[in-house]
Amino acid sequence: MTETVPFIAATPALAVAVSLAAVPFIALSGRWPNLREVWTFLAAGIKLLLVMSMAGWILAGNTHTYDLCQVLPGITLRFKVDGFGMLFAMVASSLWIVTSIYSIGYMRGLNEHAQTRYFCCFATALSATLGVAFAGNLFTLYLFYEMLSLSTYPLVTHHQDKEARTGGRKYLTYLLATSIGLALPAMILTYINAGTLEFSSAGVFNADTSPVLLGVLLVMFLYGFAKAGIMPFHSWLPGAMVAPTPVSALLHAVAVVKVGVFSIVRVLTGIFGISLLFTQHLNVVVCVIAGFTVIVSSFIALSQDNLKRRLAFSTIGQLSYIILGVGLASVMGVQGGMLHIAMHAFGKITLFMCAGAIFVATGKKYISEMVGIGRRMPITMIAFFLGSLSVIGLPPAGGLISKLLMVRGALQAEMWPVLVIYLVSSFLNAAYFLPIVYKAFFCSDEEAMFEKKVAEAPRLCVIPPAITAIISIGLFFYPHLFNRLAELAIGLP
Amino acid sequence: MSPEQLSVLIIVVPLLGAFAISIFGALHRNIAYGLLVVILGLSFAAAVGTLQHVFGSPIKLHYRMGDWPPPFGIELVLDQLNSMVMVLISGVSLLVAIYSKESVRQEIPDRIHHYYTLFLLLVTGLLGITATGDAFNLYVLLEISALASYALLARGRGFAYYATFKYVMMGTIGACLYLLGVGYLYIKTGTLNMAELATFLSLPELLHSESIRVGFILIMVGVWIKMAFFPLHGWLPNAYTRASTTTSCLVAPLMTKVSVYIMIRLMFGVFSVAYVVDVMGWNRPVVWLASAAIIAGSIGALAQDNIKRMLTYIIVAEVGYMVGGVWLVNASGLSGATYHIMADGLMTACLFMAIGAIIFKTGDSSLEAMRGVFRKMPVTAGVFLVGAFAMIGIPPTCGFFSKWYLIKGGIEAGQWIFVAALLCSSLINAVLFFRLIEIGYFGVFDAEGKAPHHDHVAVAEAPLTMLVPMVITAGLLIAMGLYTSEIISGLVQYTLPVGL
Repeated sequence: MTETVPFIAATPALAVAVSLAAVPFIALSGRWPNLREVWTFLAAGIKLLLVMSMAGWILAGNTHTYDLCQVLPGITLRFKVDGFGMLFAMVASSLWIVTSIYSIGYMRGLNEHAQTRYFCCFATALSATLGVAFAGNLFTLYLFYEMLSLSTYPLVTHHQDKEARTGGRKYLTYLLATSIGLALPAMILTYINAGTLEFSSAGVFNADTSPVLLGVLLVMFLYGFAKAGIMPFHSWLPGAMVAPTPVSALLHAVAVVKVGVFSIVRVLTGIFGISLLFTQHLNVVVCVIAGFTVIVSSFIALSQDNLKRRLAFSTIGQLSYIILGVGLASVMGVQGGMLHIAMHAFGKITLFMCAGAIFVATGKKYISEMVGIGRRMPITMIAFFLGSLSVIGLPPAGGLISKLLMVRGALQAEMWPVLVIYLVSSFLNAAYFLPIVYKAFFCSDEEAMFEKKVAEAPRLCVIPPAITAIISIGLFFYPHLFNRLAELAIGLP
Repeated sequence: MSPEQLSVLIIVVPLLGAFAISIFGALHRNIAYGLLVVILGLSFAAAVGTLQHVFGSPIKLHYRMGDWPPPFGIELVLDQLNSMVMVLISGVSLLVAIYSKESVRQEIPDRIHHYYTLFLLLVTGLLGITATGDAFNLYVLLEISALASYALLARGRGFAYYATFKYVMMGTIGACLYLLGVGYLYIKTGTLNMAELATFLSLPELLHSESIRVGFILIMVGVWIKMAFFPLHGWLPNAYTRASTTTSCLVAPLMTKVSVYIMIRLMFGVFSVAYVVDVMGWNRPVVWLASAAIIAGSIGALAQDNIKRMLTYIIVAEVGYMVGGVWLVNASGLSGATYHIMADGLMTACLFMAIGAIIFKTGDSSLEAMRGVFRKMPVTAGVFLVGAFAMIGIPPTCGFFSKWYLIKGGIEAGQWIFVAALLCSSLINAVLFFRLIEIGYFGVFDAEGKAPHHDHVAVAEAPLTMLVPMVITAGLLIAMGLYTSEIISGLVQYTLPVGL
């Protein structure tokens, strides 16, 4: 089958490698910032093209497998492109370009130090992200998962002060402790019991595997991929908000956290298999753990005054939404969960980039200091409004489509408590986002903390969130591409 | 040249080379250095040639010294296990030899040819131990390497004499116990050839003999002292910390690993799986002891404020990995331990070389020596990172794969304490190394909690003779990880004894 593909067989590996290959060029041209940024954009463009070159083939209902090398007897370093991986790869590689534009505006606007290191690590992190997206088995996924943890550490601790050290420590402690302490032994146990780590929609376990073992493995995997931010392993995420905002935007709203969710969904659908989850009632375990996180994180978000922290807790909640959707183990639930990865990515990255734009322009971090900011930065705040619509799940934004699918999935599975969780948390989402927007625009002159004069952040900080906000709205009207990929991922014709 | 002759050259070349250096090396230090590198290069080439010959098939090479048939003469027997270890020994010592140029100039100002003679004698001893098929010859070579290492370690700094004296005592006791154990076997069987010993020891009348049992225990305890297996590890940290940089780069990766090799060879090449499991039945307690070694070594490492000392405690933990893996007595555990001999040898060499380069440039061996290292010595820091990731067990470095097999073996044997100890030690290693990385990355904060930015700190790298072997070693850590499949199916699987 591989001979007939309309692209080079190694394309998935090349798509992963291209940004890694750019690292030496970025490092060597550190003295000429403009040349250095050319490499970033070149790599990002090629990466997107490579991903897109496979899109037609995948959309036609095929998959593509490419083996890099055999690392252990029975385990290969394997890339496999399917609907779900394609969906995630498209989101990550397209948003890298937008974020790179924004990074230049932000880092130069604040005159940050060590920008070369910053762009090198960013490119490495994107390689790891695509590696996770195209991982053909659990081993490959784990390899790139760890690479992502390590390559993002210098980004999180970019400021190199005490606060960054504390945040960085927390970041690595949570991520490494869970991946080495839980995910690694779970993977080895799976290999011993099932004899394979290849993803397959039917699951890898024999019918006679003990339910207790399955339950233990499930919990180990859920908590082992702590990048998904399931409580109680969530507090690295607010801690990592010490990072520069573009890092928070791409890595902590899109790449890193979505890699966590992606890994969990892959394990649930490819290692356990949805039907096994359902017949063994393991999906209830998933729903309880994820549902708890959704509600609690929404309440915590309500009480945060630091805008980036509020966004972080909102992210924690939305990530568990996705896991909850898959935990429903119904067709629409799983499809909605996968789709929400894309929808939430575009909405949340908009919000983070707006928070960063506010910081660049005014130096404000706290919501209580942002009364009337809409007068000064109208474009930014409109983008913020559109992004929050998507995250809440209101029309006309893409988030509605995926949330609606998940709600219908809950009905399909007849899991009423989950339905209640979805509805309550949507109200909470609205309660913590809309007041920010309301106060930004509608306040009396005495209350307003800003002059009426329009003074936006540098252009490179304003255009990217505007673009992603428009895409969020566009996805409401044209969700077909991502929707089709999610359908393919769950095996719908 | 037949492969058998090639295999004996691995040992003969450095043995004769040691004499050549002691004579011609006195002329000039560069002659001594050049001779050392050439001799070890030849030995390494011979080792690789031999390994190629036994790769992927279960053949064994026999070479009779002076053509005396066993049991009268000494026989070298090269199979997949010891050819692999010999490539490690000759390869690492070649890299360390290249590395030694500048650090020896700094630390050992006079009589460099004597130093290099001892260097070669140590390597000869280690290679001989690995190749020999004779239990008594093994003792002789063990003493050659030990005596050479005493002399090398004593030429260290500060209290090196005292630390080495402790090591001399412990090492001698270990060697004596081994000799005594071999004596018991000789009395009962009348032979010292390992293959013949194995035939006799599997006879039912000897299988349950008390004398043989005492012999086994004495040999094991002796080897454990030599490899610094917890709680017999007290001598190692002091002796290795005080040693000069080159000495510790050579001794730390190789000596303990060769002792592990001796243990594997005697347990399964002289005794048998049936003897170890059914007659002795020590598997569980020894694996528990290994778990204790792992935890004790890791916690000991946490308590150190000297980088080299910290690494020596990690060696103690790593010895626990290998002893535990061997004593699981199943295929995964033994494969993991065998693979880890190679992996740990390279990892330890990589880290000791990187730290050695940092000490060479800063003159400081406390944790503070790491300050600003990412700016000042980017290549060294990169090598250090790769070594650290291998120790933590991040894929695709080889450290991950040895852990993979060891954990798999632990689960299959139901030894959950060992599994937990391995995972704990990975996490503690992560803490250990990220503590150093933090110091290197953040530097010292001023009163406001801001770090000074090192944007304009000049790069001051170690000399090229240090960098090249370091970078090669770091590359090997990743390459070995990616070629795990070949190593396991081409070499390690043939080393598994019957009955697993």
